[in-house]
Amino acid sequence: MVRRFGPSLALLLAALGAWQGVASLAAVDDLTLASPLEAAGALRADWTLLMENAWITLVETLLGLAIAVVGGALAAVAMHLVRPLRDAAYPLLVASQAIPLVVLAPLFVLAFDYGIGPKLAIVALICFFPITVNLLDGLRSVEPELIKLMRSLGASRLMTLRKVELPASLPSLFSGLRVAASVSVIGAVFGEWAGAEAGLGRLVLLGNNQLQTPRVYAGVVLLTVMALALFAAVSLAERAAVPWKRHGGAT
Amino acid sequence: MTTKLEALRSEPPSLAREGVAFEGVGRHYSSRRGDTAALEDLDLRIGNDEVVSVVGPSGCGKSTLLELAAGLQEPDSGAVRVAGSGAPAGRLERTAYMPQRDGLLPWRSALDNAALALECGGVGRAQARRRARPLFARLGLERFERALPGELSGGMRQRVAFARTLLAGREVLLLDEPFASLDSITRAGLQEWLAAILAEEPRTVLLVTHDVEEALYLGDRVVVLSARPGRVVAEIAVELRRPRPRRDVVTDPAFSALRQRALEALAW
Repeated sequence: MVRRFGPSLALLLAALGAWQGVASLAAVDDLTLASPLEAAGALRADWTLLMENAWITLVETLLGLAIAVVGGALAAVAMHLVRPLRDAAYPLLVASQAIPLVVLAPLFVLAFDYGIGPKLAIVALICFFPITVNLLDGLRSVEPELIKLMRSLGASRLMTLRKVELPASLPSLFSGLRVAASVSVIGAVFGEWAGAEAGLGRLVLLGNNQLQTPRVYAGVVLLTVMALALFAAVSLAERAAVPWKRHGGAT
Repeated sequence: MTTKLEALRSEPPSLAREGVAFEGVGRHYSSRRGDTAALEDLDLRIGNDEVVSVVGPSGCGKSTLLELAAGLQEPDSGAVRVAGSGAPAGRLERTAYMPQRDGLLPWRSALDNAALALECGGVGRAQARRRARPLFARLGLERFERALPGELSGGMRQRVAFARTLLAGREVLLLDEPFASLDSITRAGLQEWLAAILAEEPRTVLLVTHDVEEALYLGDRVVVLSARPGRVVAEIAVELRRPRPRRDVVTDPAFSALRQRALEALAW
Protein backbone atom coordinates (compact mmCIF):
# COMPACT_ATOMS: atom_id res chain seq x y z
CA MET A 1 0.00 0.00 0.00
CA VAL A 2 2.69 2.48 1.10
CA ARG A 3 5.00 1.38 -1.71
CA ARG A 4 2.20 1.62 -4.29
CA PHE A 5 0.70 4.97 -3.31
CA GLY A 6 3.59 6.49 -1.33
CA PRO A 7 5.14 8.45 -4.23
CA SER A 8 1.72 9.79 -5.31
CA LEU A 9 1.00 10.87 -1.76
CA ALA A 10 4.35 12.65 -1.51
CA LEU A 11 3.69 14.49 -4.78
CA LEU A 12 0.21 15.47 -3.61
CA LEU A 13 1.59 16.81 -0.33
CA ALA A 14 4.22 18.81 -2.21
CA ALA A 15 1.52 20.29 -4.46
CA LEU A 16 -0.62 21.15 -1.43
CA GLY A 17 2.38 22.80 0.19
CA ALA A 18 3.07 24.88 -2.91
CA TRP A 19 -0.59 25.80 -3.16
CA GLN A 20 -0.62 26.87 0.50
CA GLY A 21 2.52 28.92 -0.11
CA VAL A 22 1.13 30.74 -3.16
CA ALA A 23 -2.26 31.33 -1.49
CA SER A 24 -0.50 32.83 1.54
CA LEU A 25 1.32 35.45 -0.53
CA ALA A 26 0.03 38.92 0.23
CA ALA A 27 -0.47 39.61 -3.48
CA VAL A 28 -3.03 36.81 -3.86
CA ASP A 29 -6.58 37.73 -3.06
CA ASP A 30 -8.39 35.33 -0.71
CA LEU A 31 -11.43 35.34 -3.01
CA THR A 32 -9.38 34.31 -6.03
CA LEU A 33 -7.55 31.43 -4.42
CA ALA A 34 -8.49 29.79 -1.18
CA SER A 35 -5.64 27.97 0.55
CA PRO A 36 -5.84 24.26 1.40
CA LEU A 37 -6.23 25.21 5.05
CA GLU A 38 -9.17 27.48 4.24
CA ALA A 39 -10.74 24.71 2.14
CA ALA A 40 -10.29 22.31 5.06
CA GLY A 41 -11.88 24.90 7.33
CA ALA A 42 -14.90 25.15 4.99
CA LEU A 43 -15.09 21.36 4.86
CA ARG A 44 -15.39 21.33 8.64
CA ALA A 45 -17.70 24.33 9.01
CA ASP A 46 -20.11 23.34 6.20
CA TRP A 47 -19.91 19.57 6.80
CA THR A 48 -23.67 18.97 7.19
CA LEU A 49 -24.57 21.13 4.20
CA LEU A 50 -21.88 19.51 2.03
CA MET A 51 -22.90 15.99 3.04
CA GLU A 52 -26.58 16.57 2.31
CA ASN A 53 -25.73 17.76 -1.16
CA ALA A 54 -23.06 15.10 -1.74
CA TRP A 55 -25.64 12.42 -1.00
CA ILE A 56 -27.93 13.79 -3.72
CA THR A 57 -25.09 13.89 -6.26
CA LEU A 58 -24.01 10.38 -5.31
CA VAL A 59 -27.53 9.02 -5.86
CA GLU A 60 -27.70 10.73 -9.28
CA THR A 61 -24.31 9.30 -10.21
CA LEU A 62 -25.05 5.74 -9.09
CA LEU A 63 -28.49 5.59 -10.72
CA GLY A 64 -27.14 7.07 -13.96
CA LEU A 65 -24.27 4.61 -13.92
CA ALA A 66 -26.66 1.71 -13.31
CA ILE A 67 -28.79 2.77 -16.29
CA ALA A 68 -25.66 2.97 -18.44
CA VAL A 69 -24.47 -0.49 -17.35
CA VAL A 70 -27.79 -2.16 -18.11
CA GLY A 71 -28.34 -0.24 -21.35
CA GLY A 72 -24.70 -0.54 -22.47
CA ALA A 73 -24.54 -4.27 -21.80
CA LEU A 74 -27.80 -4.91 -23.65
CA ALA A 75 -26.66 -2.76 -26.58
CA ALA A 76 -23.26 -4.47 -26.78
CA VAL A 77 -24.76 -7.98 -26.69
CA ALA A 78 -27.40 -7.06 -29.29
CA MET A 79 -24.75 -5.55 -31.57
CA HIS A 80 -22.57 -8.61 -31.11
CA LEU A 81 -25.33 -11.08 -31.96
CA VAL A 82 -26.83 -9.11 -34.86
CA ARG A 83 -24.08 -8.20 -37.30
CA PRO A 84 -26.13 -5.71 -39.40
CA LEU A 85 -27.09 -3.88 -36.22
CA ARG A 86 -23.42 -3.56 -35.26
CA ASP A 87 -22.46 -2.29 -38.72
CA ALA A 88 -25.26 0.28 -38.56
CA ALA A 89 -24.90 1.39 -34.95
CA TYR A 90 -21.14 1.38 -34.34
CA PRO A 91 -20.25 4.43 -36.47
CA LEU A 92 -23.19 6.33 -35.00
CA LEU A 93 -22.05 5.41 -31.50
CA VAL A 94 -18.56 6.77 -32.20
CA ALA A 95 -19.98 9.91 -33.85
CA SER A 96 -22.20 10.52 -30.82
CA GLN A 97 -19.02 11.12 -28.82
CA ALA A 98 -18.45 14.32 -30.80
CA ILE A 99 -21.61 15.85 -29.34
CA PRO A 100 -20.61 18.11 -26.44
CA LEU A 101 -22.78 16.75 -23.65
CA VAL A 102 -22.33 19.95 -21.64
CA VAL A 103 -24.53 21.86 -24.09
CA LEU A 104 -27.08 19.05 -24.10
CA ALA A 105 -27.64 19.40 -20.38
CA PRO A 106 -29.87 22.53 -20.60
CA LEU A 107 -31.89 20.83 -23.34
CA PHE A 108 -32.47 17.85 -21.07
CA VAL A 109 -33.62 20.21 -18.33
CA LEU A 110 -36.13 21.65 -20.82
CA ALA A 111 -37.28 18.17 -21.75
CA PHE A 112 -37.29 16.46 -18.32
CA ASP A 113 -37.83 19.44 -16.01
CA TYR A 114 -35.75 20.21 -12.91
CA GLY A 115 -36.00 16.81 -11.24
CA ILE A 116 -33.47 13.97 -11.18
CA GLY A 117 -34.32 13.02 -14.80
CA PRO A 118 -31.88 15.24 -16.72
CA LYS A 119 -29.02 14.36 -14.34
CA LEU A 120 -29.58 10.63 -14.87
CA ALA A 121 -29.77 11.18 -18.62
CA ILE A 122 -26.44 13.03 -18.72
CA VAL A 123 -24.62 10.56 -16.45
CA ALA A 124 -26.01 7.60 -18.38
CA LEU A 125 -25.09 9.13 -21.74
CA ILE A 126 -21.51 9.85 -20.68
CA CYS A 127 -21.07 6.34 -19.22
CA PHE A 128 -22.86 4.45 -21.98
CA PHE A 129 -20.09 4.78 -24.57
CA PRO A 130 -17.10 3.35 -22.66
CA ILE A 131 -19.21 0.48 -21.32
CA THR A 132 -20.74 -0.46 -24.68
CA VAL A 133 -17.57 -0.15 -26.73
CA ASN A 134 -15.36 -2.01 -24.27
CA LEU A 135 -17.82 -4.86 -23.80
CA LEU A 136 -18.36 -5.14 -27.55
CA ASP A 137 -14.60 -5.28 -28.15
CA GLY A 138 -14.32 -7.93 -25.47
CA LEU A 139 -17.06 -10.04 -27.04
CA ARG A 140 -15.45 -9.73 -30.45
CA SER A 141 -11.94 -10.63 -29.32
CA VAL A 142 -12.80 -14.13 -28.07
CA GLU A 143 -10.51 -16.59 -29.88
CA PRO A 144 -12.17 -18.06 -33.00
CA GLU A 145 -10.82 -21.47 -31.95
CA LEU A 146 -13.00 -21.35 -28.82
CA ILE A 147 -16.08 -20.56 -30.89
CA LYS A 148 -15.29 -23.50 -33.19
CA LEU A 149 -14.82 -25.73 -30.17
CA MET A 150 -18.23 -24.73 -28.79
CA ARG A 151 -19.87 -25.35 -32.15
CA SER A 152 -18.25 -28.77 -32.34
CA LEU A 153 -19.47 -29.60 -28.82
CA GLY A 154 -23.00 -28.84 -29.99
CA ALA A 155 -23.52 -25.58 -28.07
CA SER A 156 -26.20 -23.17 -29.27
CA ARG A 157 -25.35 -19.55 -30.08
CA LEU A 158 -26.77 -18.35 -26.75
CA MET A 159 -24.94 -21.06 -24.82
CA THR A 160 -21.67 -19.95 -26.39
CA LEU A 161 -22.50 -16.38 -25.40
CA ARG A 162 -23.30 -17.35 -21.82
CA LYS A 163 -20.58 -19.89 -21.17
CA VAL A 164 -17.68 -18.44 -23.18
CA GLU A 165 -18.09 -14.98 -24.66
CA LEU A 166 -19.60 -13.15 -21.67
CA PRO A 167 -17.20 -14.53 -19.04
CA ALA A 168 -14.26 -13.96 -21.39
CA SER A 169 -15.21 -10.31 -21.88
CA LEU A 170 -15.66 -9.49 -18.19
CA PRO A 171 -12.17 -7.91 -18.01
CA SER A 172 -13.07 -5.64 -20.95
CA LEU A 173 -16.38 -4.74 -19.33
CA PHE A 174 -14.52 -3.72 -16.19
CA SER A 175 -12.08 -1.53 -18.14
CA GLY A 176 -15.13 0.25 -19.54
CA LEU A 177 -16.68 0.48 -16.08
CA ARG A 178 -13.52 2.05 -14.64
CA VAL A 179 -13.61 4.80 -17.28
CA ALA A 180 -17.35 5.23 -16.77
CA ALA A 181 -16.99 5.45 -12.99
CA SER A 182 -14.40 8.20 -13.23
CA VAL A 183 -16.44 10.37 -15.63
CA SER A 184 -19.85 9.68 -14.09
CA VAL A 185 -19.41 12.32 -11.36
CA ILE A 186 -18.58 14.96 -14.00
CA GLY A 187 -21.85 14.05 -15.72
CA ALA A 188 -23.83 14.60 -12.53
CA VAL A 189 -22.18 18.01 -12.02
CA PHE A 190 -23.00 19.08 -15.60
CA GLY A 191 -26.58 18.02 -15.03
CA GLU A 192 -26.81 20.06 -11.86
CA TRP A 193 -25.24 23.14 -13.46
CA ALA A 194 -27.94 23.18 -16.08
CA GLY A 195 -30.59 23.49 -13.41
CA ALA A 196 -31.05 21.86 -10.06
CA GLU A 197 -32.35 22.52 -6.57
CA ALA A 198 -29.67 20.61 -4.72
CA GLY A 199 -26.45 18.65 -5.16
CA LEU A 200 -22.72 19.26 -4.84
CA GLY A 201 -22.48 20.61 -8.39
CA ARG A 202 -25.13 23.21 -7.68
CA LEU A 203 -23.49 24.07 -4.34
CA VAL A 204 -20.14 24.63 -6.08
CA LEU A 205 -21.75 26.82 -8.76
CA LEU A 206 -23.66 28.81 -6.15
CA GLY A 207 -20.57 29.15 -3.97
CA ASN A 208 -18.66 30.52 -6.95
CA ASN A 209 -21.34 33.14 -7.64
CA GLN A 210 -21.46 34.10 -3.98
CA LEU A 211 -17.66 34.34 -3.74
CA GLN A 212 -17.51 31.59 -1.11
CA THR A 213 -14.27 30.32 -2.58
CA PRO A 214 -13.28 27.96 0.31
CA ARG A 215 -16.63 26.20 0.06
CA VAL A 216 -16.15 25.76 -3.70
CA TYR A 217 -12.81 24.08 -3.04
CA ALA A 218 -14.32 21.89 -0.34
CA GLY A 219 -17.00 20.79 -2.83
CA VAL A 220 -14.37 20.01 -5.47
CA VAL A 221 -12.44 17.90 -2.97
CA LEU A 222 -15.57 15.93 -2.12
CA LEU A 223 -16.41 15.37 -5.82
CA THR A 224 -12.89 14.07 -6.40
CA VAL A 225 -13.12 11.74 -3.42
CA MET A 226 -16.45 10.48 -4.78
CA ALA A 227 -14.99 9.68 -8.21
CA LEU A 228 -11.96 7.96 -6.64
CA ALA A 229 -14.23 5.89 -4.39
CA LEU A 230 -16.31 4.76 -7.36
CA PHE A 231 -13.15 3.83 -9.25
CA ALA A 232 -11.89 1.83 -6.26
CA ALA A 233 -15.26 0.09 -5.90
CA VAL A 234 -15.15 -1.01 -9.55
CA SER A 235 -11.59 -2.31 -9.11
CA LEU A 236 -12.63 -4.30 -6.04
CA ALA A 237 -15.64 -5.72 -7.87
CA GLU A 238 -13.33 -6.74 -10.73
CA ARG A 239 -11.00 -8.62 -8.38
CA ALA A 240 -14.01 -10.53 -7.07
CA ALA A 241 -15.57 -11.18 -10.49
CA VAL A 242 -12.43 -12.03 -12.47
CA PRO A 243 -10.33 -14.08 -10.04
CA TRP A 244 -8.66 -16.12 -12.81
CA LYS A 245 -6.86 -13.01 -14.10
CA ARG A 246 -4.53 -13.26 -11.09
CA HIS A 247 -3.30 -16.56 -12.45
CA GLY A 248 -2.47 -14.99 -15.78
CA GLY A 249 -4.59 -17.42 -17.79
CA ALA A 250 -5.39 -16.68 -21.40
CA THR A 251 -8.87 -15.57 -22.31
CA MET B 1 -28.37 -41.54 -26.66
CA THR B 2 -25.90 -43.66 -24.72
CA THR B 3 -24.49 -42.12 -21.58
CA LYS B 4 -20.89 -41.05 -21.77
CA LEU B 5 -19.78 -43.76 -19.36
CA GLU B 6 -21.26 -46.52 -21.45
CA ALA B 7 -19.68 -45.00 -24.48
CA LEU B 8 -16.33 -45.13 -22.73
CA ARG B 9 -16.66 -48.71 -21.57
CA SER B 10 -17.95 -50.29 -24.71
CA GLU B 11 -16.87 -49.70 -28.24
CA PRO B 12 -18.44 -46.71 -29.92
CA PRO B 13 -21.49 -47.65 -31.96
CA SER B 14 -20.60 -48.28 -35.57
CA LEU B 15 -23.18 -46.98 -37.99
CA ALA B 16 -21.13 -47.95 -41.01
CA ARG B 17 -17.88 -49.73 -41.69
CA GLU B 18 -16.13 -46.57 -42.65
CA GLY B 19 -15.32 -44.04 -39.96
CA VAL B 20 -14.36 -41.05 -42.07
CA ALA B 21 -14.19 -40.72 -45.86
CA PHE B 22 -12.82 -37.89 -48.01
CA GLU B 23 -13.66 -38.32 -51.68
CA GLY B 24 -12.03 -36.05 -54.22
CA VAL B 25 -12.11 -33.18 -51.74
CA GLY B 26 -11.03 -29.71 -52.83
CA ARG B 27 -11.02 -26.58 -50.67
CA HIS B 28 -9.99 -23.10 -51.79
CA TYR B 29 -9.66 -19.85 -49.92
CA SER B 30 -10.16 -16.51 -51.61
CA SER B 31 -8.25 -13.52 -50.38
CA ARG B 32 -7.15 -10.20 -51.81
CA ARG B 33 -4.01 -11.84 -53.15
CA GLY B 34 -6.08 -14.33 -55.08
CA ASP B 35 -7.29 -17.87 -54.80
CA THR B 36 -5.34 -20.35 -52.68
CA ALA B 37 -6.01 -24.04 -52.92
CA ALA B 38 -5.61 -25.64 -49.50
CA LEU B 39 -6.63 -29.14 -50.57
CA GLU B 40 -7.02 -30.61 -54.03
CA ASP B 41 -8.57 -33.88 -55.10
CA LEU B 42 -7.88 -35.50 -51.77
CA ASP B 43 -8.93 -39.09 -51.10
CA LEU B 44 -8.65 -40.55 -47.65
CA ARG B 45 -10.50 -43.26 -45.78
CA ILE B 46 -10.35 -44.03 -42.10
CA GLY B 47 -11.86 -47.29 -40.92
CA ASN B 48 -13.69 -47.79 -37.67
CA ASP B 49 -11.39 -47.76 -34.65
CA GLU B 50 -8.45 -46.93 -36.85
CA VAL B 51 -5.94 -44.28 -35.84
CA VAL B 52 -4.72 -42.34 -38.86
CA SER B 53 -2.00 -39.73 -38.50
CA VAL B 54 -1.65 -37.05 -41.11
CA VAL B 55 1.74 -35.38 -41.55
CA GLY B 56 2.73 -32.76 -44.03
CA PRO B 57 4.70 -29.55 -44.42
CA SER B 58 3.22 -26.53 -42.68
CA GLY B 59 0.44 -24.88 -44.63
CA CYS B 60 -0.50 -28.10 -46.42
CA GLY B 61 -4.11 -27.88 -45.30
CA LYS B 62 -3.92 -30.24 -42.34
CA SER B 63 -6.15 -28.08 -40.16
CA THR B 64 -8.57 -27.61 -43.05
CA LEU B 65 -8.78 -31.40 -43.29
CA LEU B 66 -9.82 -31.62 -39.64
CA GLU B 67 -12.34 -28.80 -39.85
CA LEU B 68 -13.91 -30.45 -42.88
CA ALA B 69 -14.29 -33.72 -40.99
CA ALA B 70 -15.65 -31.82 -37.97
CA GLY B 71 -18.40 -30.18 -40.03
CA LEU B 72 -16.96 -26.72 -39.28
CA GLN B 73 -16.19 -26.17 -42.98
CA GLU B 74 -17.64 -27.38 -46.27
CA PRO B 75 -15.61 -28.68 -49.21
CA ASP B 76 -15.76 -26.75 -52.51
CA SER B 77 -15.71 -30.02 -54.41
CA GLY B 78 -15.98 -33.68 -53.51
CA ALA B 79 -17.59 -35.10 -50.40
CA VAL B 80 -16.73 -35.66 -46.76
CA ARG B 81 -18.61 -38.30 -44.79
CA VAL B 82 -18.41 -39.30 -41.16
CA ALA B 83 -19.99 -42.64 -40.28
CA GLY B 84 -21.98 -42.37 -43.47
CA SER B 85 -23.25 -38.82 -42.97
CA GLY B 86 -22.24 -36.11 -45.41
CA ALA B 87 -24.40 -33.32 -43.95
CA PRO B 88 -22.55 -30.70 -41.85
CA ALA B 89 -24.89 -31.28 -38.89
CA GLY B 90 -24.29 -35.01 -39.12
CA ARG B 91 -20.52 -34.52 -39.07
CA LEU B 92 -20.78 -32.07 -36.14
CA GLU B 93 -22.74 -34.64 -34.15
CA ARG B 94 -20.39 -37.53 -34.81
CA THR B 95 -17.03 -35.93 -34.19
CA ALA B 96 -15.17 -34.47 -31.22
CA TYR B 97 -12.69 -31.78 -32.21
CA MET B 98 -9.65 -30.97 -30.10
CA PRO B 99 -8.20 -27.61 -31.17
CA GLN B 100 -4.48 -26.98 -31.44
CA ARG B 101 -4.34 -24.90 -28.28
CA ASP B 102 -6.08 -26.54 -25.36
CA GLY B 103 -9.05 -24.15 -25.47
CA LEU B 104 -9.55 -24.42 -21.72
CA LEU B 105 -11.67 -21.67 -20.15
CA PRO B 106 -9.50 -19.95 -17.51
CA TRP B 107 -12.42 -19.33 -15.15
CA ARG B 108 -13.48 -22.99 -15.02
CA SER B 109 -11.80 -25.65 -12.92
CA ALA B 110 -10.17 -28.55 -14.76
CA LEU B 111 -13.16 -30.78 -14.02
CA ASP B 112 -15.66 -28.15 -15.15
CA ASN B 113 -13.67 -27.59 -18.33
CA ALA B 114 -13.97 -31.26 -19.21
CA ALA B 115 -17.63 -31.32 -18.12
CA LEU B 116 -18.31 -28.46 -20.56
CA ALA B 117 -18.60 -31.13 -23.26
CA LEU B 118 -21.59 -32.59 -21.43
CA GLU B 119 -23.10 -29.20 -20.56
CA CYS B 120 -23.12 -28.27 -24.23
CA GLY B 121 -25.21 -31.39 -24.80
CA GLY B 122 -27.81 -30.03 -22.39
CA VAL B 123 -26.68 -31.77 -19.18
CA GLY B 124 -26.89 -29.67 -15.98
CA ARG B 125 -23.68 -28.49 -14.29
CA ALA B 126 -23.89 -30.80 -11.23
CA GLN B 127 -24.83 -33.85 -13.30
CA ALA B 128 -22.08 -33.10 -15.84
CA ARG B 129 -19.51 -32.89 -13.04
CA ARG B 130 -20.67 -36.19 -11.59
CA ARG B 131 -20.37 -37.91 -14.94
CA ALA B 132 -16.95 -36.40 -15.71
CA ARG B 133 -15.39 -37.53 -12.43
CA PRO B 134 -14.85 -41.26 -13.22
CA LEU B 135 -13.09 -40.38 -16.46
CA PHE B 136 -10.87 -37.92 -14.60
CA ALA B 137 -9.84 -40.70 -12.27
CA ARG B 138 -9.15 -43.06 -15.15
CA LEU B 139 -7.01 -40.51 -16.93
CA GLY B 140 -5.01 -39.89 -13.75
CA LEU B 141 -6.35 -36.38 -13.30
CA GLU B 142 -8.29 -36.74 -10.03
CA ARG B 143 -5.87 -34.63 -7.99
CA PHE B 144 -6.35 -31.71 -10.37
CA GLU B 145 -10.15 -31.57 -10.45
CA ARG B 146 -10.37 -28.16 -8.77
CA ALA B 147 -7.28 -26.57 -10.30
CA LEU B 148 -7.76 -23.64 -12.66
CA PRO B 149 -6.07 -23.99 -16.06
CA GLY B 150 -3.65 -21.19 -15.11
CA GLU B 151 -2.36 -23.40 -12.30
CA LEU B 152 -1.72 -26.42 -14.55
CA SER B 153 1.36 -27.31 -16.60
CA GLY B 154 1.08 -27.50 -20.37
CA GLY B 155 0.99 -31.29 -20.31
CA MET B 156 -1.79 -31.37 -17.72
CA ARG B 157 -3.79 -28.83 -19.70
CA GLN B 158 -3.61 -31.06 -22.80
CA ARG B 159 -4.79 -34.02 -20.72
CA VAL B 160 -7.79 -32.03 -19.49
CA ALA B 161 -8.55 -30.93 -23.06
CA PHE B 162 -8.40 -34.56 -24.15
CA ALA B 163 -10.74 -35.55 -21.31
CA ARG B 164 -13.20 -32.94 -22.62
CA THR B 165 -12.85 -34.41 -26.12
CA LEU B 166 -13.59 -37.93 -24.85
CA LEU B 167 -16.54 -36.75 -22.75
CA ALA B 168 -18.24 -35.37 -25.84
CA GLY B 169 -18.97 -39.07 -26.44
CA ARG B 170 -18.49 -38.96 -30.20
CA GLU B 171 -17.50 -41.77 -32.52
CA VAL B 172 -14.62 -39.97 -34.17
CA LEU B 173 -11.86 -37.97 -32.47
CA LEU B 174 -10.22 -35.17 -34.45
CA LEU B 175 -6.95 -34.07 -32.88
CA ASP B 176 -5.18 -30.99 -34.25
CA GLU B 177 -1.49 -31.16 -33.29
CA PRO B 178 -2.46 -31.97 -29.71
CA PHE B 179 1.07 -31.95 -28.32
CA ALA B 180 2.73 -29.34 -30.54
CA SER B 181 3.01 -26.74 -27.78
CA LEU B 182 4.81 -29.06 -25.34
CA ASP B 183 8.51 -29.62 -24.72
CA SER B 184 9.84 -32.89 -26.12
CA ILE B 185 9.99 -34.76 -22.79
CA THR B 186 6.42 -33.88 -21.85
CA ARG B 187 5.34 -34.64 -25.40
CA ALA B 188 6.84 -38.15 -25.26
CA GLY B 189 5.04 -38.76 -21.97
CA LEU B 190 1.71 -37.66 -23.38
CA GLN B 191 2.15 -39.75 -26.53
CA GLU B 192 2.54 -42.85 -24.37
CA TRP B 193 -0.43 -41.78 -22.26
CA LEU B 194 -2.64 -41.37 -25.33
CA ALA B 195 -1.40 -44.65 -26.86
CA ALA B 196 -2.34 -46.49 -23.66
CA ILE B 197 -5.84 -44.98 -23.62
CA LEU B 198 -6.42 -45.84 -27.27
CA ALA B 199 -5.11 -49.38 -26.73
CA GLU B 200 -7.63 -49.82 -23.94
CA GLU B 201 -10.57 -48.26 -25.79
CA PRO B 202 -10.08 -48.19 -29.53
CA ARG B 203 -11.49 -45.11 -31.24
CA THR B 204 -11.60 -43.77 -34.73
CA VAL B 205 -8.98 -41.03 -34.65
CA LEU B 206 -7.76 -38.54 -37.19
CA LEU B 207 -4.57 -37.04 -35.78
CA VAL B 208 -2.86 -34.16 -37.48
CA THR B 209 0.77 -33.54 -36.58
CA HIS B 210 4.02 -32.20 -38.01
CA ASP B 211 6.07 -34.67 -35.99
CA VAL B 212 6.83 -37.83 -38.02
CA GLU B 213 7.82 -39.84 -34.97
CA GLU B 214 4.56 -38.95 -33.22
CA ALA B 215 2.59 -39.87 -36.34
CA LEU B 216 4.24 -43.29 -36.56
CA TYR B 217 4.11 -44.01 -32.85
CA LEU B 218 0.39 -43.25 -32.46
CA GLY B 219 -0.99 -44.17 -35.88
CA ASP B 220 -2.12 -47.46 -37.39
CA ARG B 221 -1.52 -45.73 -40.67
CA VAL B 222 0.36 -42.56 -41.58
CA VAL B 223 -0.78 -40.38 -44.44
CA VAL B 224 1.74 -37.95 -45.90
CA LEU B 225 0.36 -34.82 -47.54
CA SER B 226 2.15 -32.74 -50.16
CA ALA B 227 2.77 -29.02 -49.84
CA ARG B 228 -0.15 -26.75 -50.74
CA PRO B 229 -2.45 -27.76 -52.31
CA GLY B 230 -2.50 -30.78 -50.02
CA ARG B 231 -2.73 -34.18 -51.69
CA VAL B 232 -1.94 -37.65 -50.40
CA VAL B 233 1.58 -38.53 -51.55
CA ALA B 234 2.15 -41.62 -49.40
CA GLU B 235 0.30 -43.96 -47.08
CA ILE B 236 2.36 -45.99 -44.65
CA ALA B 237 0.85 -48.86 -42.71
CA VAL B 238 2.42 -49.11 -39.28
CA GLU B 239 2.52 -52.77 -38.36
CA LEU B 240 3.97 -52.62 -34.90
CA ARG B 241 2.34 -54.54 -32.07
CA ARG B 242 0.41 -52.69 -29.35
CA PRO B 243 0.79 -51.52 -26.71
CA ARG B 244 4.02 -49.94 -27.79
CA PRO B 245 6.37 -48.81 -25.04
CA ARG B 246 7.75 -45.69 -26.64
CA ARG B 247 11.39 -46.33 -25.75
CA ASP B 248 11.35 -49.78 -27.38
CA VAL B 249 9.51 -48.59 -30.44
CA VAL B 250 11.56 -45.57 -31.44
CA THR B 251 14.79 -47.60 -31.27
CA ASP B 252 13.33 -50.51 -33.28
CA PRO B 253 14.99 -50.85 -36.73
CA ALA B 254 11.53 -51.42 -38.29
CA PHE B 255 10.43 -48.07 -36.85
CA SER B 256 13.52 -46.35 -38.24
CA ALA B 257 12.78 -47.80 -41.67
CA LEU B 258 9.22 -46.46 -41.53
CA ARG B 259 10.49 -43.06 -40.41
CA GLN B 260 12.90 -43.06 -43.33
CA ARG B 261 10.02 -43.77 -45.74
CA ALA B 262 7.88 -41.05 -44.26
CA LEU B 263 10.68 -38.49 -44.39
CA GLU B 264 11.41 -39.36 -48.00
CA ALA B 265 7.74 -38.94 -48.87
CA LEU B 266 7.74 -35.57 -47.14
CA ALA B 267 10.80 -34.42 -49.03
CA TRP B 268 9.34 -35.53 -52.30
